[in-house]
Amino acid sequence: MDAVTEEQQTGVVLGVLVPGIPHPLLCPEQNAGWTRLRQAFDAVRDRIRELQPDLLVVYSTMWTSIIGHQIQADPEPTWVHVDELFHDLGSIPYTFRIDAPFAHALKASMEARGLAARTVAYEGFPIDTGSVVALKLLNPDNAVPAVIVSSNMYSDRAETLVVGKACRDAIDAGKRRAVVVVVGTLSNRLFTDWIDPEDDHVHSAKDDEWNRKILEFLGQGRLEDTAQLSREIQRQVRIPKVVSFKPMWWWSAVMGQHNRYKGEVLAYEALFGTGSAVVTLTPDESGVGEKEFDEDDVERFRGDRNVIA
Amino acid sequence: MGRIVYGALAPHPPHLVYAENPPQNEPRAECGWETLRWGYERMRRDLADIEYDAIVVLSPHWQTYVGTHFLGVPHFKSLSVDPIFPNLFRYRYELDVDVPLAEAMCAEASKAGLVTKMMRNPDFRVDYGTIVSCHLTDPAWRKPIVSISSQRSTAFYSVEVMQEQMIALGHATRRAIEATDRRVVLLASESLSHRHFVNEGPMPEDMSREHITNHHQYLWDMRLIEQLRSGRTREVVEQMPEFTEQAVSESDSGALTWLLAALDFPSYPAELYGYGTVIGTGNAVMGWAPPTPKEA
Repeated sequence: MDAVTEEQQTGVVLGVLVPGIPHPLLCPEQNAGWTRLRQAFDAVRDRIRELQPDLLVVYSTMWTSIIGHQIQADPEPTWVHVDELFHDLGSIPYTFRIDAPFAHALKASMEARGLAARTVAYEGFPIDTGSVVALKLLNPDNAVPAVIVSSNMYSDRAETLVVGKACRDAIDAGKRRAVVVVVGTLSNRLFTDWIDPEDDHVHSAKDDEWNRKILEFLGQGRLEDTAQLSREIQRQVRIPKVVSFKPMWWWSAVMGQHNRYKGEVLAYEALFGTGSAVVTLTPDESGVGEKEFDEDDVERFRGDRNVIA
Repeated sequence: MGRIVYGALAPHPPHLVYAENPPQNEPRAECGWETLRWGYERMRRDLADIEYDAIVVLSPHWQTYVGTHFLGVPHFKSLSVDPIFPNLFRYRYELDVDVPLAEAMCAEASKAGLVTKMMRNPDFRVDYGTIVSCHLTDPAWRKPIVSISSQRSTAFYSVEVMQEQMIALGHATRRAIEATDRRVVLLASESLSHRHFVNEGPMPEDMSREHITNHHQYLWDMRLIEQLRSGRTREVVEQMPEFTEQAVSESDSGALTWLLAALDFPSYPAELYGYGTVIGTGNAVMGWAPPTPKEA
């Protein structure tokens, strides 16, 4: 698939990776690394303003679903959110601006590719911490309407790729100028005891080394190469809370499955032991080009194969 | 001296509340999952003959990767919307927390070397696992509760590490209760096998679609239930690593291990009130009535 250029009026004009742990929002001043993450969020916020997109598509690894994928469609969700783990950091009041018509269009795009999908628009629906952090920091005045897409806890590569492609279909069909935001950490091992903020560091040297390798790839714009490494990343540095490391699959699929991006790592820091980075990818013809990938591509989801039924 | 007067395996599929149509829940159902709902009804009938002061519940849907947390705000009133099944569960709750009991358990668990924290934020939304299990046990919410989080050491380490910590937490729970004057009901809020369907019919309560996800999980569920019914609770704990992995069980939360440890690994039989599947997962409502001190 062809890359789009920054000058292009529609399509995905920027891809963003941010962590969803709430410290950069609630207490960035407590640790120099958290401050740098916050500054990186702020820099991306400014970049988004410059680009003047008309849509933010958030894919949050912290919003898990079971019945296919869910899409937030409440035009103005409002709540006071409290993180279930870091509740002592404070409450997060929010009102977001959701692009409900796009959410419905996205559902139709997903279904057209064989996916189970549904929109959710209920008072008090619990928007996950990661989405709340991303939208509060990247789109603080709700200047850009957003949608949020869940991450199915059972989905593997095929399903996730198709979800990404369906998002791209909907963006293209609507002639939207979109920024896509992936919410997730790199290595995800938290400390399992309380730490002093100043003592925060990536949990292990191995996690740190892998994180830096991932960021080296992303810094070179090699998104599809990173996506192809997802299974190995899951084995090496991911606590298996879910079956697979999915964000790079979704991110690459929604951005066109290639390596032709200008990558920028704005920050890489520890967040309570996790490896957390703020990265942007701008479509750019001067990327490192196509590699020979060893996993097949998927256009349509055909459902679970029920191999153990 | 306080004591545990009852313990229950009390699964929390929101479908069960949905199918009951209580006034607190907005969506309306025609029917559904009766074998489990009737099981809860029988459990409530037995509980009606037991005097108790508080319910303590450990829920997999309050996930705290850093330590075990305890609700520490005296009163909550809010709206709970299930993030996965919002079409079924939009429940307005109002509940009291036995904060002194929660603090006693938190302190005792800390003394045992566990990482703990009291949850003091009044804006906190109580998780739907806690709400569903407590509603189905006491729909009128007559008693204060203590909710304990699930600290996910299965994911971070292994089932073995999780069990070591949950056994310590169960013993600490028991000691804390005994040091008070409370008569307490404990709830382990979890399913047995836990592989869901990833599709839902247009009418969620259409029972013609409901069955266990696969036979292999059913076999595991029956094995566990038979062991619990015959008082072989230590065997259950010993095989928990295999069960958790092979049945994709929600026992990874530690709720059942915590309950069995708090009950001091009962060798008397559990009462099976009901078994049924919910969107493919296996669920049993089971209860243990420990002998009173004079019976023991």
